[in-house]
Amino acid sequence: MTKAEGAPAPTGPDGFLSVRDLQVTFSTEDGPVKAVDGLSFDLHRGKTLGIVGESGSGKSVTNLTILGLHDPLFTTVDGEILLDGKELITATEKEMEKLRGNRAAMIFQDPLTALSPFYTVGRQIAEPYMKHRGVSKKAAWERAVEMLAKVGIPNPKERARDYPHQFSGGMRQRAMIAMALVCDPDLLIADEPTTALDVTVQAQILDLLKDLQQEFGSAIVFITHDLGVIADMADDIMVMYAGRAVERGTVDEVLRSPQHPYTWGLLNSMPRLDSDLSTPLSPIPGAPPSLLTPPPGCRFHPRCTFRERVGGTRCVTERPLLAPDRASACHLTAEQKRTIFVEEIRPRLG
Amino acid sequence: MKEDLVLPATREATEDAALEPLLEVSGLTKYFPVRGGFPIRRTVGHVQAVDGIDLTVHVAESFGLVGESGCGKSTTGRLITRLLEPTSGSVSYRGQDISHATRKQLAPIRSEIQMIFQDPYSSLNPRQTVGKIISGPMEINGIAPAGGREKRVRELLEIVGLNPEHFNRFPHEFSGGQRQRIGVARALSLEPKLIVADEPVSALDVSIQAQVVNLLQQVQKELGIAFLFIAHDLAVVRHFSQRVAVMYLGKIIEVGDRESIYDRPRHPYTHALLSAVPEVNLMDEEAPQHERIRLAGDVPSPINPPSGCRFRTRCWKAQDKCASEEPPLVRLSGNRSGHLTACHFPEEPTTQGRAEDIVLDPALAALEESSEG
Amino acid sequence: MLQFIIRRTVGAFITLFLIGAATFFLFVAAPSDYASLACGKDCSGQRLADIREALGLNLPLAQQFWDFMSGIVTGRDFPTGHCSAPCLGVSFYSGDMVWSTIMDRFPLTLTLTAGGAVVFLILGVGAGMIAAYRRGTVVDKVATGASMVLSSFQIYFLGPIVLTVLVYSTGWMEDPKYVPVTQDPVGWFVGMSIPVCVMATIFTAQYTRMARSSMIEQLAEDHVRTARAKGMSRKYVFFRYAWRGSLIPIVTVLGIDLSALLGGAVVTELTFSLQGIGRLAVDGAVNKDLPLTMGVMLFGAFFILILNILTDITYAWIDPRIRLS
Repeated sequence: MTKAEGAPAPTGPDGFLSVRDLQVTFSTEDGPVKAVDGLSFDLHRGKTLGIVGESGSGKSVTNLTILGLHDPLFTTVDGEILLDGKELITATEKEMEKLRGNRAAMIFQDPLTALSPFYTVGRQIAEPYMKHRGVSKKAAWERAVEMLAKVGIPNPKERARDYPHQFSGGMRQRAMIAMALVCDPDLLIADEPTTALDVTVQAQILDLLKDLQQEFGSAIVFITHDLGVIADMADDIMVMYAGRAVERGTVDEVLRSPQHPYTWGLLNSMPRLDSDLSTPLSPIPGAPPSLLTPPPGCRFHPRCTFRERVGGTRCVTERPLLAPDRASACHLTAEQKRTIFVEEIRPRLG
Repeated sequence: MKEDLVLPATREATEDAALEPLLEVSGLTKYFPVRGGFPIRRTVGHVQAVDGIDLTVHVAESFGLVGESGCGKSTTGRLITRLLEPTSGSVSYRGQDISHATRKQLAPIRSEIQMIFQDPYSSLNPRQTVGKIISGPMEINGIAPAGGREKRVRELLEIVGLNPEHFNRFPHEFSGGQRQRIGVARALSLEPKLIVADEPVSALDVSIQAQVVNLLQQVQKELGIAFLFIAHDLAVVRHFSQRVAVMYLGKIIEVGDRESIYDRPRHPYTHALLSAVPEVNLMDEEAPQHERIRLAGDVPSPINPPSGCRFRTRCWKAQDKCASEEPPLVRLSGNRSGHLTACHFPEEPTTQGRAEDIVLDPALAALEESSEG
Repeated sequence: MLQFIIRRTVGAFITLFLIGAATFFLFVAAPSDYASLACGKDCSGQRLADIREALGLNLPLAQQFWDFMSGIVTGRDFPTGHCSAPCLGVSFYSGDMVWSTIMDRFPLTLTLTAGGAVVFLILGVGAGMIAAYRRGTVVDKVATGASMVLSSFQIYFLGPIVLTVLVYSTGWMEDPKYVPVTQDPVGWFVGMSIPVCVMATIFTAQYTRMARSSMIEQLAEDHVRTARAKGMSRKYVFFRYAWRGSLIPIVTVLGIDLSALLGGAVVTELTFSLQGIGRLAVDGAVNKDLPLTMGVMLFGAFFILILNILTDITYAWIDPRIRLS
C-alpha cells in the first residue's frame, strides 16, 4: 500500500476534484439532449461526495465524463474538470489511459455484466496493476490475490483462477472493488455499487467500502438513488434533477434541513422503517421531464407545489442558480425555505 | 394525472372481514429439476425454490412477503396465481383447492386472482393500445360490463389516475410510473378479490414509487381487494402490509402482524435484515441506536440448502441442534398471537443497538480490527 | 467438455440415422413407383420386373431398409457389381455408384467452400472490425456503403459480368475450371480463382455488416467499459475484450453458411459451369435419379451435423460460461 512519498499536498479550497460548469450534450436522432447542464462541485481528498438523483438526472453521465468514458461520437463536453489541478476534458486519450484505473478508478452497478465473462477474476484484477505499475505478470497476479483477500474473498489463491460467473453477486462486487483499488487510486467513482445487491450484502459492501477508504485514503464519488445509502456513506451530498444540481451541502445539512422542494419531495416520498403509517406517502406529482424539451426556468417547476409562493413567473422564466457554498437552486427566499421546511415538511416526516 | 389521492378512513368492515380466509396455502413446495449427468442427461438434483410454506391471506387484507433474491418469494406468487404448478402442497382459494386445477377448472377463479408485475416496460404489449391492454382480461373471460368495455376502461384509467381520454395511446407514450398504473388498471379490470403484486414498485424511481404505493394502497382499501405484496424492500412492505412473512431459502422463517415483525422481531435473520437497511436519521437529536449486524457471505444455493435450519450457516447463534433439527414455525412465548418464528435460539424482541455489533464477515472484522489497532 | 463432445457426436449419429430412415421411407417406401422411375419412359413389363428384382423391391420393406442402412456401413452387392461402403446405392441415370460420384465432385465443392471462406472471413470480418474500430469515420462509411451495395448483388449477376470482363472480352484469364490440386496446384488456383472470388465477394459484404454490428454491440457492453475504466488502451480492449464476444454471432452464421456450401453451392456452380455437389443435386432432381438425390441429401445432412458440433465446441472455447457449465 506504499504510495509514492511526497505526493502533492491537497490543493487549495477548490478541492482535489473540481468540476466547473460541466455541460454534456448527446446528439440523438430526435435532437440534442443536454444530459448535464452547468454542473459545478468540489471533492476533497479522502472525502466522500454522494450524488443523489433519479434516473435521467445526469448523475451517471457526469461521472463517466470525469473519466472520459463517454462515447465521443455522440457526446460533446464543455466546462472544466480538474483532477489535482489537471484539466481532464482537454487531456489526450493517452493521458486519460494513464489516469484511469490508476489515480482514478470506477465501480459499476451490476458486477455480473461489468466483469468480463471471458477472463478469470485474477487476470482482470492484475491487468491494470501490470499496466500502470509495469510489474511482471507474476507480481501482478500476487497483488490480485492479495487484493481478493483484502476484500474478503475466502481462498483467494484458488478463487483468483475462477471466472466471474462462478462467483456469487456479493463476491463479484467485492472483486470489482478489488479491481478498482488495485493501484491505490486517489479518486474512486462508485456508480450505484450496491443497487443490484441484496440488502444484507449491500450492508457488507458499504461497510467494506468505508473501511477500505480509511485504509486507502481515496476520495469517493458515490452515486445512488437511495437516500439511506447516501446518509450512511457520504460526507457531502449533491442532489441532481434533470441534468442540474439543485441542492448541495453536508449530509447533515441536506438531510436534516433540506432547502429545495425536490429534496423535500424525495424525503417525503421515501418510505422508512420508522415512518408514520397513519398517513400515506407524499409523492412528488408528475414525472421527470424529457431532456429533449426541458421546461424553461427551473426544471422542477412543473412538479413543484411551492411555486405560487415565489410569485410572478420567475420559476418559469429564470433559472435559479446554485451558489458556490451550501445552497439550493430555488427562487424561494432563504426565510421561506426555512419556514416551509420547519412548519410543513418536517412534521410530515414523522 | 390525478395526484391528490385522498384516502377515506379505513372501512370498519375490513376489520371484520379480515377474519375470513380468502387464500390458504399449506405445505406449498416447488422444486425445479436440475439436469445433468453422463452419458445420459437426467435430473441430478432440485432447486428447492419453495419448500413447504404455509400462509393465509384474509379477505381484503394486505399481506407482505419479503426476502432477498433466491428466497422463493416470486415463485410463491407464481404458484398462487397458478402460473406454475406446485410440486406438492395445496393452494386453496375460498376453500377450493386450485393447486392442480386444470385450465378449465381455473377459468372462473382466474378473474378473481390477478397479478401485477415488476417491469412496467416488458409486461405491456407494445403493439396494443392501452384500451386494448386493459380490456384484454375482460375479452378473454367474455365479460361485458354494463355500458360497454370502453366505458369500463375509461373508469379504470380514472381510478388509477390516468387521463381517461388516453385509452387510444400506446405504452411507449407513457412514463414508467404511468405504465405501472396501466398494469394496475389491467389487474383491476375484472374486479379481482386478490392481487398478487410481484415487486410492483422496485423498478421505479423513489418519487414515482410513492405514487404507485399510494395508488395500490388506495385500491386495496377502497375496493376491499386482498393483496399479496411481494418485495425485497422492507420499508415499502412495512408501509403497505398489515401482516408480513419473511422468507429465507424457500421457507417462511417468521410471520406476524406488521408491528410484531418490525418492532419485536425474534428470528436472527429478521434482525439482520432490518439492521442492514440503510436509514436516514432525519432528526437532529440522537435517535436510539439501531443494532448493527453484518452477516457473512451470500445466501447459500437452494440446490443444496443447509440441513436443519437453513439460516444456520450465516447465524451467530447457531449450535449443533440447528444443523440436526429443523426449527418449526411456532409462536414463541412472549409473542403476540399470529406471530410465528422458526428458530431454536430466538433473539430478544428489540431492534435497539447492542453492546457489541455482530460482524460475521471476516474481511470486515479484519479491516475494523486493523483500523482500531 | 469431452463429455459434451461425446454426447453431441453420439447424438449426431442418431440424427443421421433418423435422416437416413426418413429419406428412405419418403423415397423408397412412398407410393411413388421407384422401379418405374428407374426404368424410364420406354419401359417394358419384363424390364420393370427385372429392375424390381435388381433393386430388391420385391423383398419385405424391413429387409429393404436394413439393406439400405447396412449398405452405408458395410457396403452391398448389386447385380451390376459390388458397391463398397459407404454405399449410397447406384445412380439410375448413369449407373455409377452414388458415393464415388459424390467423391469425384467433392474436391471442387470443398475448394469453393474453403477458398471462399478464407477470403470472406479475412476480408469480411476484417473490414467489419476495422469499420467498427473506426466507427463514424470515412473508412467506416466506405465499408458500410460498399457492403450494402455488394450484399444486394447476386452471384448469377456478378458472375457473368466478371467473366465477360476478365475472360471473354479481354482474355486475361481462362474460363474457370477445376484441376485437382494434387495434379497441378497452380492450375487449381488459377482455374478456381474467379468463382471463389465472386462467391466470396457476396459473402464478404454480409460478413462485413455482421462483424461490424456485432463488434459495435460488444463495444457497448458493460464489461468493455469496465476494461476502459481500468486504463486499458482502446486497442487492447478491442482485441482482448470486445473481440471475443463479437465472435459468437459470426461463428453461428459461419457454421450455417459452411454446411450449406459444402452441401453444394448450386448457384455458383451453375453460373460458372462447374461440376460440384450442387450440380449433382440439380442433375439428380432433373433426371429423377432418386439414389443420387438421396445420397447428396444425406451427404449434406452429414455436414450440417458436423458443423453444428464444431460451432458448439467453438462457443465453449470462446465463452467459459459454456465451457464450465
